[in-house]
Amino acid sequence: MNIVNFTPLSALLGGLLIGLSVALFFILNGRMIGISGIASNFLVSKDNRLENFLFLIGLILGPLIYSFTTSKEINISISNSLSLLVIAGILVGFGTRLSNGCTSGHGISGISRFSLRSIIATITFMIVGIITVLITGIL
Amino acid sequence: MNKIVSLLCGIVFGIGLVISEMINPEKVLGFLNIFKDWDPSLAFVMIGALIVSTPAFHLFKNKKKPLFSSNFLISSNKEIDKKLIIGSVLFGGGWGLIGLCPGPAITSLALLNMSSAFFVTSMFAGFYIASKVN
Repeated sequence: MNIVNFTPLSALLGGLLIGLSVALFFILNGRMIGISGIASNFLVSKDNRLENFLFLIGLILGPLIYSFTTSKEINISISNSLSLLVIAGILVGFGTRLSNGCTSGHGISGISRFSLRSIIATITFMIVGIITVLITGIL
Repeated sequence: MNKIVSLLCGIVFGIGLVISEMINPEKVLGFLNIFKDWDPSLAFVMIGALIVSTPAFHLFKNKKKPLFSSNFLISSNKEIDKKLIIGSVLFGGGWGLIGLCPGPAITSLALLNMSSAFFVTSMFAGFYIASKVN
């Protein structure tokens, strides 16, 4: 194993902001953030639909406000295989709803609550993610 | 007021994903690539988030009500069942294939990237299928 591209400070700073968002949403609105739950409820449920919609719009505004205020360009590198994107997207959408949480809902909100269910979910998706990257790296 | 809070929390969360680079699938795949060229950065995203969210939750969970809403909504589901494990396995597989989970996927729509758009559309299809199956 080699350690590469390690950026602990920006990761920690970004993480603090994510934690701040989770904390404020709980203290002010009374809900623990889980993005898969917010996005899927926006699609299938009338409860809190406007609130969920505004949160999702906020997510998309985040990068725009960041680039506007810092004049920094945001670069990402993502696969352009349509079949892979569709398969992965469906797996992520279906899987997170079956287990009721994703990286934020289980990984942050659930672990904040010391929920054993969320700790097990987080360990499971991390291990499977690692195995998936290992296998696709060999293929 | 809670509508404004939702928008602001979304913005702060989105900026957090940008600064931490969790919005970049390559960075996420680097984090999951522990056996070869490992980029441990994203562990620090989780640590940073938990440092803030954990005390906030435990300090406020026993208060009567949140500031701008009538009651706290906290999951009471404690069941560790097949659905939890199978769902997490499927999610982990999809996450490892592309390097996007729901938050970064939706946030990356701001970059007008076609791959992100295909992923998010498929993810919403997955949400819909799950709502019909469950």
